[in-house]
Amino acid sequence: MDISDFYDTFFEEAEELLADMERLLLDLDVDDPDVEELNAIFRAAHSIKGGAGTFGFTVLQETTHLLENLLDHTRRGELTLRRDIVDTFLETKDMLHDQLNAYRNGSEPDAEAFERISRVLQQMALDELGQGGAAANVPAVATPEPAATTPAPSVESPESAEAGKGATQRLSITLTNVNDKDRNLLVDELEHFGVIASQSGDAARYQVVLDSAESQDDIEAVLCFIIEPEQLSIQAEAVAPAEAVAPAEDSADTTVREPMAETPVPSSEPAPASAETSVAEAPAVPSDKASSKPSGKSGGKNAKGSESSTIRVPVDKVDQIINLVGELIITQSMLEQTASDLDIVSHGPLVNGMNLLQRNARDLQESVMSIRMMPMDYVFSRFPRLVRDLAAKLGKDVELITEGKSTELDKSLIERIIDPLTHLVRNSLDHGLESPERREAAGKSPTGHLTLSAQHQGGNILIEVIDDGAGLNRDRILAKARSNGLAVTDTMSDDDVWQLIFAPGFSTAEQVSDVSGRGVGMDVVKRNIQAMGGHVEILSKPNQGTTTRIVLPLTLAILDGMSIRCGGETFLLPLNAVLESLQPQPDDIYSMAGDDQLLKVRDEYLPIIALHHALDVANARTELTEAIAVIVQGEGRRYALLVDDLIGQQQVVVKNLETNYRKVPGISAATILGDGSVALILDIADLHRLDRRKSQQRHEAKRQHLQEVSLV
Amino acid sequence: MSSQASMNAIVNDAASREYLVFSLGEEEYAVDILKVQEIRGYENVTRIANVPDFIKGVTNLRGVIVPIIDLRLKFHLDKVEYDGQTVVIVVNVDDRIVGIVVDGVSDVMSLAPDQIKPAPEFGVTLSSDYLSGIGSLEDRMLVLVDIEKLLTHEEMQLVERTAESA
Repeated sequence: MDISDFYDTFFEEAEELLADMERLLLDLDVDDPDVEELNAIFRAAHSIKGGAGTFGFTVLQETTHLLENLLDHTRRGELTLRRDIVDTFLETKDMLHDQLNAYRNGSEPDAEAFERISRVLQQMALDELGQGGAAANVPAVATPEPAATTPAPSVESPESAEAGKGATQRLSITLTNVNDKDRNLLVDELEHFGVIASQSGDAARYQVVLDSAESQDDIEAVLCFIIEPEQLSIQAEAVAPAEAVAPAEDSADTTVREPMAETPVPSSEPAPASAETSVAEAPAVPSDKASSKPSGKSGGKNAKGSESSTIRVPVDKVDQIINLVGELIITQSMLEQTASDLDIVSHGPLVNGMNLLQRNARDLQESVMSIRMMPMDYVFSRFPRLVRDLAAKLGKDVELITEGKSTELDKSLIERIIDPLTHLVRNSLDHGLESPERREAAGKSPTGHLTLSAQHQGGNILIEVIDDGAGLNRDRILAKARSNGLAVTDTMSDDDVWQLIFAPGFSTAEQVSDVSGRGVGMDVVKRNIQAMGGHVEILSKPNQGTTTRIVLPLTLAILDGMSIRCGGETFLLPLNAVLESLQPQPDDIYSMAGDDQLLKVRDEYLPIIALHHALDVANARTELTEAIAVIVQGEGRRYALLVDDLIGQQQVVVKNLETNYRKVPGISAATILGDGSVALILDIADLHRLDRRKSQQRHEAKRQHLQEVSLV
Repeated sequence: MSSQASMNAIVNDAASREYLVFSLGEEEYAVDILKVQEIRGYENVTRIANVPDFIKGVTNLRGVIVPIIDLRLKFHLDKVEYDGQTVVIVVNVDDRIVGIVVDGVSDVMSLAPDQIKPAPEFGVTLSSDYLSGIGSLEDRMLVLVDIEKLLTHEEMQLVERTAESA
């Protein structure tokens, strides 16, 4: 097995560690940093360094090394944090991310950027720690050679260097249930750390005795990229003879730090020979629970704790399972239909079995669907940084509030929501929230509030971006719309006015006024959300702020539907589009110029869409008062859809029509009914467009016909 | 049928290819057998509105939604009936699965390159664009349909190319 097989694992873990690091850095209270948080940041950097060293990602290793040293001083209290230092750390984190991506794409990271960041970090070490002479001799920057990579001594504090040099120790490393291939790889790795004194055992239990100057944590961190922490146990034995230090000096990292120095268990001390620390528990041993802030710590602990209890599975495998479960559900309802005709008395066991099958199948479906669900935290967690940077750039004081982080959403949706949401947040910061002076002038607190919230509502998830800024300016939007040639009137409702900013023309407007800038790319946001089956709403009040609400279906794969009949055909309506259904009375039907008809429902006039008309259904009930009107909602508007019958409510697996066919007007997707036949799922807004188009065509044809008649 | 097919395969040289022969009315057509996924009966097709008449609709093929087109309608045959004998050839082209309705499937033929003549310019209903040639086999004439070109042709409206053409 090639070591490159583990690259992906490393990249993913490193990415998670970087994300952790960023979160912790952002949470950090600069004036009174929490020791546990600093430790967590340090550990993240340390683990990345270990892995990068193992896989020979030199530049990444060196950069993390510099960062790690600074972090080490920070957590020892030798370096006092300032906001600009945290900024530099964040910048370094970004750089690490770039480097990681470069390695992932099989290329070398940008050498110039690396040089720059190295210089910044070294300069910081110089300035803050006042270690002039030592830091000057750092040749590593220009020559990324693995052996020469240790500018460490330069910034290393005296005591840790001292501890490092002397502490060659004999480690007894026990590998349990490791196969031959992995074991050879591990032993190869261990040779980099020091001298292997002896090795013996079999696949079930293999023991390596290693003389190394590395700390246990370092070794663990590296080995855990190959095997699971549970499979590994490292035990310190008696102090090894001093000569073993020499060969170890050549390996990538010569200094031993004590990442766990603050923990009550002195794991890297050679003294207590029996102090066996299994890797799994080592990071989870926090120093003192009382002193640390609950938020940061619990987050860090969760991330660590979940390491061993999660598995990485390719998404297509999950999708395959979901598809198969969908098939199972269909088969189950087919069986159920057949069994429902049977006599319960004579077929008792069968009916019982069917009930059990139904329950299990539903449970299975729910569990499988939950695999794809991810908490919104995945999205929200990237905003503190964005808001922080952008607010600083714009000279605004902004407090970000997130609500409903644990709300779950389908993974495919969650990934696609990031871009539109980023756009909305930028807009709110840039154009919604005012500068502190203007806020005070308007009688508001100088700090602006930006709230990101997510919550479930029926089969939908509502994601809101709320700012308490100036609100949208109705007059300016109208003026802008007019100059863009859009049809507007002064009497338009606010909602209609707000919708104007989604018009494509609005986006290219000059960005000087708060209003025009708001439209930048809003049409793209709207399109993206619609492509996900959702829609965007805007609520805005002058001087009180703007709320942009994204409404999305929870998942793309399963839909709560209402099945309806028209003629001999069955269709499905998304249940969240259905508001109510009623039998139209002749008095409530009004016709407008041409063929358009409206249905009056409680003082509201709704356009009528006759399904049989839009979809050419034969043998449907054409008399309005005989049909059933389903009041439906699509893209924020309501319609009265005329159908023959309502059949009932059911959950269906959504099947894409476009996989083998193409987009069909008025139809969003298809599904398979209990009898194995295909039913089409209606797309309300598109159905209305289709209906309009067909009416127009009919109208044209009629007019042409009349013209021809009159000519003759 | 299958023994004859394998015999043919052995007799002809390696360059020959196998074709599935199907009938539309009195005429015999053939498609590359490697494009054929399966053959099944015509049943349970859900109509789709506002599409050309030869697109019969969609059906459920073990959980996959597959469009069904009727080549008899596409080629303007007089007699179009749907009964127990009506056959759907499920083909896999261009990463898409499509079912085509034909009157019947007769056999699998192996054709050597010298048995395939270039397609003449037909003109109106059956553009020679869709044809890969004419196979002559003793006294039989097989119209070799390039199913991939036929199904992805704009005229079929199976694949989305231009925005709204329906």
